[in-house]
Amino acid sequence: MPDGEAIVASGLVRQFRKGPRAVDGIDLSVSYGEIYGFLGPNGAGKSTTVHMLTTLLPPTSGQASVAGFDIVHQGRQVRTVIGAALQEAALDPILTGREHLLLQATLQGLPKPKRVQRADELLTRVGLTEAADRRISGYSGGMKRRLDLALALVHGPRILFLDEPTTGLDLQSRTALWEEVARLAREEGITVFLTTQYLEEADALAHRVGIIDHGHIVAEDTPERLKAEIGSPTVEVVPVEHDQAELLRGTLEQFGTPVSADGTVTVQLPGGEAQLAELVRALDAASLHVASLTLHQPTLDDVFLAKTGRKLEGAADEEPEEAPADGGKRGRRGR
Amino acid sequence: MRRFAFVVRGVAWRSIHNTIVSPSIIIPSIVFPLFFFAAFAGGLSKIAQVPNFDYKPGYTAFQFTFVFLQSAAFGGVFTGFAVARDFDSGFARRLLLSAPARGGIIVGYVIGALLRWGITGSVVTVVALASGMNVPAGPGDLFALLALGVLFNLVAALWAVGLAMFLRTEQAGAVIQMPVFVVLFLAPVYVPLHLLTGWVHSVARLNPATFALEAARGLLAGTPTDIALAFGLLGGSIVLWAAFARRGLRSAERAAG
Amino acid sequence: MGAEHASVLEQIGAIARRSIVRTFRQRGLLVFPLLFPLILFAINGSALSAATRIPGFPPVSYRAFALAVPFMQGALFVAVTAGVDLARDIETGFFNRLALTPLRGGALLLGQLGGAFVVACVQAVVYLVVGVASGVGIASGAGGALVLLALSTLIAFGFAGLGTLVALRFGNGEAVQAVFPLFFVSLFLSSMALPRNLIKTPWFHDVATYNPVSYLIEGVRSLIITGWDGQALALGFGFAAALAIISLGASSLAMRSRMART
Ligand SMILES: Nc1ncnc2c1ncn2[C@@H]1O[C@H](COP(=O)(O)OP(=O)(O)OP(=O)(O)O)[C@@H](O)[C@H]1O
Ligand SMILES: [Mg+2]
Repeated sequence: MPDGEAIVASGLVRQFRKGPRAVDGIDLSVSYGEIYGFLGPNGAGKSTTVHMLTTLLPPTSGQASVAGFDIVHQGRQVRTVIGAALQEAALDPILTGREHLLLQATLQGLPKPKRVQRADELLTRVGLTEAADRRISGYSGGMKRRLDLALALVHGPRILFLDEPTTGLDLQSRTALWEEVARLAREEGITVFLTTQYLEEADALAHRVGIIDHGHIVAEDTPERLKAEIGSPTVEVVPVEHDQAELLRGTLEQFGTPVSADGTVTVQLPGGEAQLAELVRALDAASLHVASLTLHQPTLDDVFLAKTGRKLEGAADEEPEEAPADGGKRGRRGR
Repeated sequence: MRRFAFVVRGVAWRSIHNTIVSPSIIIPSIVFPLFFFAAFAGGLSKIAQVPNFDYKPGYTAFQFTFVFLQSAAFGGVFTGFAVARDFDSGFARRLLLSAPARGGIIVGYVIGALLRWGITGSVVTVVALASGMNVPAGPGDLFALLALGVLFNLVAALWAVGLAMFLRTEQAGAVIQMPVFVVLFLAPVYVPLHLLTGWVHSVARLNPATFALEAARGLLAGTPTDIALAFGLLGGSIVLWAAFARRGLRSAERAAG
Repeated sequence: MGAEHASVLEQIGAIARRSIVRTFRQRGLLVFPLLFPLILFAINGSALSAATRIPGFPPVSYRAFALAVPFMQGALFVAVTAGVDLARDIETGFFNRLALTPLRGGALLLGQLGGAFVVACVQAVVYLVVGVASGVGIASGAGGALVLLALSTLIAFGFAGLGTLVALRFGNGEAVQAVFPLFFVSLFLSSMALPRNLIKTPWFHDVATYNPVSYLIEGVRSLIITGWDGQALALGFGFAAALAIISLGASSLAMRSRMART
């Protein structure tokens, strides 16, 4: 294993002509064997970063190296050590899964006898053996994503870029993909740079998370430490009788500053979960009947909220001028 | 009845509005007839020297009548494309579910086709006049020629809209266009009917478009012949294709639920 | 590991195979391009037969005169298919996938044209067979028929290069579709329907004279109606080769900037 970091970027900027400064000075470093989660809402600049790191898009300024190769001057070397599954699972609907793998193997320069073997091996690994000879047009979203992953792995890359690999997948397919990615990092020592809009995903999978918003990294650490930074958990209490909300509020004041909304009262527990018992006793003492009581551990969502002042879901909605531009670009008007 | 008019107005307005605001729709429908006019009237003018070519106003006028009717037909065909596109985009489905009087949808699209031809037909006419076309016809003849074009446009529009409602996808474009194209070109496009020979002569003799085209040429020359027959055939075609379009609408209604 | 073991030829082969497989799995889309020129040929071959009575028209049937046209129209359709296919790859991002492999731009371009090449050959054979079956004799004989196939395939290749050029520059299929009528215009404003010396209208005569498409048609036509006409063939092959070189050259430049990986 070479010394140094798998991915290093410093001051990486991409300014689109007639467009936004999609990536605005990003510094990051990813170690070999690490899974790095790049988390951000729509339009944050995740894909643009991935395109630059995978040599598909030259940066406007700044530097980056992947496996020690400069992404601008040593593009060819970079490409031989990386595999990428980009956001659009760009598959040809009229080719079969196996045909895709064989094509990819040829283009990646695998010697002829190894191609068929490698295709079989990867089909098995991503669980597509049965569907191998069916055309992509009949694949489900999850199957396409798995094939995309297999294609990225054909030439045995050491560093893998996955741009929103699970967006649009159901929970089951998502979990399956997570397991496979985790296994790749654990058993084969592959470095994974993964972008996502899902907090659970970054939380479940990534060793370290970088939160990107408007082209800036606003926070970066392990998921645990990011959450710890936000602090203690909160408790959400719903009284049986709506008119008891005020009384409930008063009771909870001994723990912190309760916030009530829609008959639900929320309070942060400075002492952590340990204070839960105390809280229940206090409710009992006040003879409050509780319909539900939920403990919320801080999530990356809270981290995002704390760092940007916005919730992750719908964060992109605040830029209405972008939605139509994008829709126009991708939408199909008449021929 | 008011609801019917409401739907007609809405659909027709949208159809013509879309045509005018999107260059990718309006430009081909103007350029194509012009281009045929240029290629035929310009490129083939020597054909007027074929022995027995006896159209007095000259080859430009001879080709103008064809392009005049062709643009009328393609006003209808392009509207058929628009209907098909509306089905692809889901707009037509919404229209079917929300229009209080669905028959008005067809009428609206057909009026849209007429307005569309109003634009393209005018351009073709202006260009033909500017290029020095002879027009021996009197005002009555010219009015009859215009009426002939309107009916021709109606027939094509009913066909195209009806078929688009049966097929309901933009990919059906060729299926809508091809037959119109073939029927048009199986009329005496380049030379008068009596100079055609071979199988095309046999087919052209029976082709209803031939009667419209010959009548139009007669009107433009100020020597109308067989006008009643041409109008009669067009009227009959309108009844026929209107019934077809109604069935298309039914089929679309069944699919839309 | 991803060292480059596959040769450039193998890369071209792999891309071409995909292009051909794809073409044949969608053969429904081939029917219209194949049929349309034949329908026009059938109609015009007869409808314009009066043109043979124009003084100075070559002493052949109009059908023989018109048989060159389907080859050209077929080439135009090939151009559109090649362009649309490539544009779709760009739109879907498949192109990015290819850009991440050691594949070279030129190899990708040539491979992409593989499907176009096969379609062009098949079309040309069909047109030739239909022409001969409809009673048109090939004045230059069997050898000439082979030369005709070669010339029309070269022409199709040149046009296909234009199709891929548009696709690479604009990156969307609609642009390619929109350019198609322009190709068509270039065909109509040529000596497609009458020999150039019989085009009377001065501006049309000038346009047809400067329009390279005229010489492509006349090259193909000379093999059918004249026999071995060195000048017409030289002009035909010359312009076809120039078209192919220019359009493919420009395409590969466009490919380089499109594949602007670092
Ligand atoms: N080719 C381009 N030209 C101009 N602007 C672009 C281009 N590509 C992306 N952008 C803009 O750059 C910004 C960042 O886009 P990017 O695709 O990197 O976001 P993202 O984080 O991947 O979002 P998503 O979650 O929607 O995929 C957006 O505002 C987008 O509109
Ligand atoms: Mg993205």
